[in-house]
Amino acid sequence: MNCEEATKLMDGYLDGELDPITSQTIEQHLRDCPNCDQAYKTHGSLIRVIGNAAPYYKAPAELRERIRSSLREEMVARPMRNVGRDVQPLFPRRQPGPRAVLFGTPWNWLSFGGLGLAAAIIFAAIIAVNLVPRWQRPAADQFLATQLIASHVRSLMANHLTDVASSDQHTVKPWLDAKLDFAPPVVDLASEGFPLIGGRLDYLDNHAVAALIYQRRKHFINLFVWPAAPDATRTPKIIKRQGYQLLHWVDSDFDYWAVSDVNVNDLQTFKEQFAAQTSHH
Amino acid sequence: MAAPLKIDYAFNAEDLVSSAKIVKFTILKKHQEPDAVQEHEVASFEETMLPHMDAAHNLAKWLLRNEEDAQDVVQEAYLRAFKSFGGFHGSNGRAWLLTIVRNTSYTLLKKNRAVDLTTTFDEEIHTAGHESVSPATILEHSENAELIKEAMDELPAEFREILVLRHLEGLSYKEIADIAQIPPGTVMSRLSRARAELKEYLAARISKDK
Repeated sequence: MNCEEATKLMDGYLDGELDPITSQTIEQHLRDCPNCDQAYKTHGSLIRVIGNAAPYYKAPAELRERIRSSLREEMVARPMRNVGRDVQPLFPRRQPGPRAVLFGTPWNWLSFGGLGLAAAIIFAAIIAVNLVPRWQRPAADQFLATQLIASHVRSLMANHLTDVASSDQHTVKPWLDAKLDFAPPVVDLASEGFPLIGGRLDYLDNHAVAALIYQRRKHFINLFVWPAAPDATRTPKIIKRQGYQLLHWVDSDFDYWAVSDVNVNDLQTFKEQFAAQTSHH
Repeated sequence: MAAPLKIDYAFNAEDLVSSAKIVKFTILKKHQEPDAVQEHEVASFEETMLPHMDAAHNLAKWLLRNEEDAQDVVQEAYLRAFKSFGGFHGSNGRAWLLTIVRNTSYTLLKKNRAVDLTTTFDEEIHTAGHESVSPATILEHSENAELIKEAMDELPAEFREILVLRHLEGLSYKEIADIAQIPPGTVMSRLSRARAELKEYLAARISKDK
């Protein structure tokens, strides 16, 4: 083996990826050639150093939560037997919202001609941008209700009711506080007939939220909690959907959504008891 | 945090999309058997794939050099992996997932019209007079994490990728060939070029700083 060949095979040898016979030939050459031997030693040291010095970017906790919840959403939204039938477009988040609406209009774009077309697009875009909040909000709220029910259903079927199973509010609360950027109120309502089962992190509306799980006889109530927006609607609201009750209310700090299949009266009682207990804290 | 909820009109009318979704819930609840299969499938997927999230994020971050893009790509890759998990019968979950992460990253890089996929970096670096920098000096500086990161970030994507797979994931040439979709015989020469470029960048930086 000559120096040129030895140099060519240097990386493979140092990575331990050559066959034994070639490796032996190289070793023989290195014994005979101090120049190559030195080059191998230096390169070997560099190779070892790169792995130690280069930063390793671990996945942040928020990404873990995001992926777990998107997988569960995927599971509920599309049964496995439909897999592959409708593959989502790549990077859907980057698609501008109003576009589908714009191109869905019955106008004949071709009739506008070059400049007219450009002007029309800009004009339509301005209108769209102004209208978007009004269009999107009902859709967003519909989506939230769907998400809430989906999350409730998932928590019951995927064996993932609680991340921290405890009837002790003093166990559940610190656990949630440590994982969220807000401190949700946690109370046990066992004496009122709604024992606390535990807490869970969930991901709704693009934010990590707290889910508290209470039991009512054989039924479960998922109470989703996150900080209230300043202009949130103050009036409590009951929504019935497909056998589930969603009760929404807001106090000075938080937005609450209770989701369950218990009857409306039970859910109202639950809300009153919860509100009464938390106001003492 | 959460968007303000204007629920007054939100639930008055059932739109087609959400009722379609609700219908699906109903189906899920009625057919217990597929549920069980599905649940098992999900559990198996999570068990096989979630442990490799650090590797997935690491590769995406190095390729895209941007945290937000990296997270989007990893999430997208997990969804894709989940959808095609039925076709995965291998034993190497990490390599399989990294292949998807890699392809998804390249799609985004191309979409953003990144020109650095195969091109070599700044010519100035190559023409700079740094032949005088000794291998020992380069080695000494290569322990500087900040400098190594900077140097690797300057390399074309195909070099960043191969250095990450080899040095940070410790993958074999065979695994690297599978992930990067190149012939196994090409791995050594590409790795060799990547390391040479890295060395050259370090030498150029060192001689510039002198």
